[in-house]
Amino acid sequence: MKKTSADVLPVEGVYGDEPLLAVDDLHVEFRTRAGIVRAVNGVSYTVNPGETLAVLGESGSGKSVTAQAIMGILDMPPAHIPHGEIRFKGTDLLKLSEEARTQVRGQRIAMIFQDALSALNPVFTVGWQISEMFRVHRGMSKADAMKKAVELMDRVRIPAARQRVNDYPHQFSGGMRQRIMIAMSIALDPEVLIADEPTTALDVTVQAQIMDLLADLQRESQMGLILITHDLGVVADVADKIAVMYAGRIVERASVHDIYRAPAHPYTKGLLESIPRVDLKGQDLYAIKGLPPNLLELPTGCAFHPRCPYRQDNCVTDVPPLYQISGTRGSACHYWREVLDGER
Amino acid sequence: MVNGDRILEVRDLVKHFPLTQGILFKRQIGAIKAVDGVSFDLHKGETLGIVGESGCGKSTLAKVLMALERPTSGSVLINGRDIGRAKGAELKRMRRNIQMVMQDPYTSLNPRMTVGDIVGEPFEIHTEVAPKGDRRKKVQELLDVVGLNPDHINRYPHQFSGGQRQRIGIARGLALQPEIIVCDEPVSALDVSIQAQVINLLERLQNEFDLAYIFIAHDLSVVRHISDRVGVMYLGKFVELGKDTEIYDKPAHPYTQALLSAVPVPDPEGREQRERIILQGDPPSPANPPSGCRFRTRCWKAQEICAEEEPLLQIRPGTGHESACHFAETHDVVHIG
Repeated sequence: MKKTSADVLPVEGVYGDEPLLAVDDLHVEFRTRAGIVRAVNGVSYTVNPGETLAVLGESGSGKSVTAQAIMGILDMPPAHIPHGEIRFKGTDLLKLSEEARTQVRGQRIAMIFQDALSALNPVFTVGWQISEMFRVHRGMSKADAMKKAVELMDRVRIPAARQRVNDYPHQFSGGMRQRIMIAMSIALDPEVLIADEPTTALDVTVQAQIMDLLADLQRESQMGLILITHDLGVVADVADKIAVMYAGRIVERASVHDIYRAPAHPYTKGLLESIPRVDLKGQDLYAIKGLPPNLLELPTGCAFHPRCPYRQDNCVTDVPPLYQISGTRGSACHYWREVLDGER
Repeated sequence: MVNGDRILEVRDLVKHFPLTQGILFKRQIGAIKAVDGVSFDLHKGETLGIVGESGCGKSTLAKVLMALERPTSGSVLINGRDIGRAKGAELKRMRRNIQMVMQDPYTSLNPRMTVGDIVGEPFEIHTEVAPKGDRRKKVQELLDVVGLNPDHINRYPHQFSGGQRQRIGIARGLALQPEIIVCDEPVSALDVSIQAQVINLLERLQNEFDLAYIFIAHDLSVVRHISDRVGVMYLGKFVELGKDTEIYDKPAHPYTQALLSAVPVPDPEGREQRERIILQGDPPSPANPPSGCRFRTRCWKAQEICAEEEPLLQIRPGTGHESACHFAETHDVVHIG
């Protein structure tokens, strides 16, 4: 009997109460000549089948590094993972052999990158690059794999897929290239899809097309989707739950409705208030003062304290834990009650 | 703020880039019609926002306004004089009056020059603005105006964060005390928490110096916040032009409606019911735009007349502002932020 892919994969479904994917107290640091950069400091989140988790944060907040740790594509060294677990269906990926990791990567957990033009190889046709997934992971013949590539291009709604399968990446527009990236990532029916800023480089009209496509694909296959973004609009449109990151930590975790209705962390609140609104036209926008922190010299206590309007003395000395507000909701602010009540 | 003196008049502005074939004897086989007939006015102290997808010609328009590209035809009148045809000393003099803030503060500042040299460079070219002994003081004043520490005059760009670098770019734009500043995506390369700081700075400077802005951006909520009037571009033409409230609350052109409906609203309440017009495909090539109305290939209202007759930018029945659609009708799509 021909081996199905499930037989050879190391991770199997004894995961009972475990979520599909769980990141648990993950730490990632980069040992550089200038010192140790603590990019991720104890991040935990979970994703279940069919669920969309949005990871929101600015550049340098550690959102992409966490994703790369899940995929196992961090360069180690300089990166190190001193602590933490990444459990996929209950199995800690960090303890697997490199060979076993390769089986998971791309087949069970796949990733879409931000910049499709630099992520695609310019000297191979798109058909060749999509079909590579089937040749390498499934051992298909060139001709069969190419047929699969055409099917996939149809599935991500690239017009005239049969004629375009032998075109090169530069012959496609930005939106079409991102569709090709999506086709490659869903080729092997992954259970978890990580999308790292999938629409940041695209126009709003194309962004709407791509987010629509991702939602359809997720509905068909019940993938767990991790959407990494800094766009508060996109998050409000598609996410089920949100993890807000700042300086390598999760500062707030909540369902999408809770967070937009009443944020419980001053950073989230500041971000939401800095969005231009109709009734504020002609007035100053609310601006979070100061700059994002230098990861080489993180502020003591709460990393947000130099910019925070709610700061008290203990914020400078005590690192706030992720206080549980209710059920799955949490905020890493000593004064989350005041923030939630809107007192300042 | 609006209806001051008219300082910029753009009339039927066209910029085509020739497409050639052959090595020795280059033959022109066509043209990229990047800007193809654009007209608008700008008044003192006013902000005109320009929105549109990538490739619609917004950045080429900015370059032609700055006289970095010569127009193929049409005119750009600054205080009544055509910068597109100006030469030599006259062009140099006119350029003092229109300056630019670039998109990417990481590549638009020379890494080998100090902040003082960068902000002071305009004085080297226009020596009459600041006599030599005075320049350092002028530069420090400018740094102070944009919210940077004047003592940092000898630092290099890499010692500043993205938001601070954009402030340096703004200080350079202000150096010659222009009346018009062209901002080409001034905040899109910045972190979300920094964008608001830079937008506030631009607004404060506008009030302080009575500047007129051409504000080019793809973030529609930022454009709405800062603009008095908004022009929507598609394939080298304005398809709609009006006051900010007219464009955002009563869009008349189908493209504007689609563009506005595609903007994600930062509020999850009622997201399932939200109306969303998803345009199919990509914009056609500006080398070979469709006949008649350029938007007809992606338009759900398109009929025969759209392929035969080009709709002009004019006030249509039932709407209060200019739009270029045979079937224009106002339709409140969404209230974006």
